[in-house]
Amino acid sequence: MDAPLVSGPHAHGAVSVSRTMVLVMLALLPATLFGVYLYGWPALNLLLITVLSALVAEGTSLRLAGKPVRPYLLDGSAALTGWLLAMTLPPWAPWWIGAAGSFFAIVVGKQVFGGLGQNLFNPAMVARVALLIAFPVEMTTFITPQPLFSSNAPGFLQGLAISLGSGVQIDMVSSASTLGHVKTELTRGISVHNALAPVYDLLTGFIGYMPGSMGETSALLILAGGIFLLFKRVITWHIPVSMIASLMLLATLFHGINPERYIGPLVHLLSGATLLGAFFIATDLVTSPVTAKGQLLFGAGCGALVFIIRSWAAYPEGMAFAVMLMNALTPLIDHYVRPRVYGRDRKGEPLVYEGKPEPPP
Amino acid sequence: MKLFRITGGVHPDDCKTLTAKHAIETLPLPDLLHVPLQQHIGSPAAPVVRRGEQVLKGQLLAHSQGMISAPVHAPTSGRVMGVGNYPAHHASGLSVPTITLQPDGEDRWANNTAIPIDPFKLPSEEIAARVSAAGIVGMGGATFPAAVKLNLRTRYTLKTLVINGAECEPFLTCDDRLMQEQAADVIDGIRIMAHALGVEKVLIGIENNKPDAQSAMDAAAADYPDISIARLPTRYPMGSEKHLVQTLTGRETPARGLTADIGVVVHNVATALAVHDALRCGRPLVSRVVTVSGSAIRNPKNLRVLVGTPVDDLLNYCGGFTSTPARLISGGPMMGQRLPGTRVPIIKGSSGILALTHEETVHDAVMPCIRCASCVRVCPCGLVPLEMANHARAGDLEGAAGFGLMDCIACGSCAYVCPSNIPLVQYFNYAKGELTARQRAEHKQAETRRLTELRSERMEKQKQAKREALAKRRQAAKAQQQKKAAEADA
Repeated sequence: MDAPLVSGPHAHGAVSVSRTMVLVMLALLPATLFGVYLYGWPALNLLLITVLSALVAEGTSLRLAGKPVRPYLLDGSAALTGWLLAMTLPPWAPWWIGAAGSFFAIVVGKQVFGGLGQNLFNPAMVARVALLIAFPVEMTTFITPQPLFSSNAPGFLQGLAISLGSGVQIDMVSSASTLGHVKTELTRGISVHNALAPVYDLLTGFIGYMPGSMGETSALLILAGGIFLLFKRVITWHIPVSMIASLMLLATLFHGINPERYIGPLVHLLSGATLLGAFFIATDLVTSPVTAKGQLLFGAGCGALVFIIRSWAAYPEGMAFAVMLMNALTPLIDHYVRPRVYGRDRKGEPLVYEGKPEPPP
Repeated sequence: MKLFRITGGVHPDDCKTLTAKHAIETLPLPDLLHVPLQQHIGSPAAPVVRRGEQVLKGQLLAHSQGMISAPVHAPTSGRVMGVGNYPAHHASGLSVPTITLQPDGEDRWANNTAIPIDPFKLPSEEIAARVSAAGIVGMGGATFPAAVKLNLRTRYTLKTLVINGAECEPFLTCDDRLMQEQAADVIDGIRIMAHALGVEKVLIGIENNKPDAQSAMDAAAADYPDISIARLPTRYPMGSEKHLVQTLTGRETPARGLTADIGVVVHNVATALAVHDALRCGRPLVSRVVTVSGSAIRNPKNLRVLVGTPVDDLLNYCGGFTSTPARLISGGPMMGQRLPGTRVPIIKGSSGILALTHEETVHDAVMPCIRCASCVRVCPCGLVPLEMANHARAGDLEGAAGFGLMDCIACGSCAYVCPSNIPLVQYFNYAKGELTARQRAEHKQAETRRLTELRSERMEKQKQAKREALAKRRQAAKAQQQKKAAEADA
């Protein structure tokens, strides 16, 4: 028997932190496998590197902080951060991009705030933004899909060479992501329509046979993973729906006004990190608001910022920035947006009924 | 019947099949009974018997004191062995005033004082008085004196009597069995209460995991059009008074108010049966049905048990433990309390004795909060448990109160779904207790200050009065002297 004075409940649901993390990883698995298929050995190497370095960084930080290493290392949160980071990197990025990113995500993004549950910003996004600013070339070098075992695909040893950063000329197969391509063409005065026509069609975008990071390519599989998470109640619909709705709304509006200058809503939806962001990044439990209304606000903010950055800022994709900006607002949202307490009105005063007899004092 | 939605709640595994099909058995007379004088909310009862006295079953052992209190009666005939202290049926394990009774084995009823007459011819006050004299308290676990609730009609306009047959706590089946086996008596008790309250309508809420109880009660209530049975969705905490009322009537009880504020009084089915026994047979509340369950119990059962029976006797009757239980609990697993030992007696509010195995109870390590908001989603009171716990843990109790700590009903839904296994209810109970203690200390301080000020004021006045009296006397003396001098001059 344990401590004598302990409050109820004496029963507990079949939930745990590691179960939550494992479910998210399961949801990421189909898109990841597809990504590995599309981009071959280098992509798999990158995933292993980010996950392993995330675990090493987590273990080292925990030891330095004097916290128990085993339970926290096994909760799956560090591995998930590494995995998510790999999903947002160019698949042929060299090993040091992955390792530096994971260290940055775990140490600066998470552990300096106090570890699990304490970070203000999504660790994977912290790392992605830092890498994007520090290594703009490596972070924007995407490749056209070279499916595993196809004639052009690098073999295992060649893949290792690519991961070690000393391999083949990537230029031979490199290609811009859809959003990057449109951005470049727009600066050259070429309209959205003409820029997209030769390189893009919606169906390919949906299935994902195109250049991009692993998590950006297959809208279909990311969506399937997201629906799995909704079904398993790891996330709720509020953030994904409000985020996609606000992005689509703004895109429809501006595309309607000037189709030559603004990308249409479906292209916004299916290219870049839109779906990965809506289902896996913005919904990060730690860094998003806790109330349903707060989550709607948060999602709508993310969607709007993504549109603003994609349309008018220097970067072609804005998911990481948008989510981080909204992460910064999460404490504020949680402070102001609270559920109505039972038996009280919105202001917190007890409900008053018409014609209620006054109880004597 | 139209039902209304409540927010939040959880679906724990109800584990009721362990005992749901077991008819109520009567536990044989124990060797010794320990009847605590406080088995209810309010002031403890005052003993009226002495050591060595012979008492009959149902004879008054201790009378109620004050507005909110309940008397205690002898559960069987026998000899009073002592009036002293004995460990309470409470997590603290502290000793409380208790009358120890040695049964004589005859189980002979006292001559009933109140002659059973048709209760529907009695005025409301008389029914409430008899319920009060029978020592009936809320038997769902809250143990609030039932008569006080019957008297609410004098202060509120009441329309509806809601009968709580939800029994939403996992494992417990005592109310379920009562409704199946004694439906007619329960309905009779309900009708007596409705008559006493003068309400137009009775709603009986029973969760859908008790179909047999639903149909038994349906049949028993068929002749009374003002009584309707509501089939409630199975969801914890459906049996929470305010949430049950909202499900049935759609109206939300104001914070810090009573359901009587919206014209509703809630009683439990077991309370209704006790009212029937008291009014029809003149028998006070001396026994109750207890579910003995949990995987660590060899033969789980529903038992009719005399108040004061040691928990040991129940466990032995059920074949003892199959393995050492990880936790021994009084009540249900969601809101029940740890029992400090098996010596403690059964009291009027004991609905269950559960011996849970390691697998059935909370055993994972506590992890940091990952802000998953599960607790926010399941809170039936619209609170943000994770923030309340953060504030309570940091010692900022006012901050926790600002998030609605005092509106928390301690249902435990939040802790049940917490993936990090944080003992949220423990934090809240600590914070509530500490806040109440602080308020009491503050009140005491203010009162002391007030009395001190009053005293110094009084002293000052006395001094002033003395001074004035002295001055007056002096003046009088002076005047007399002057007068004398003037007379002497003349």
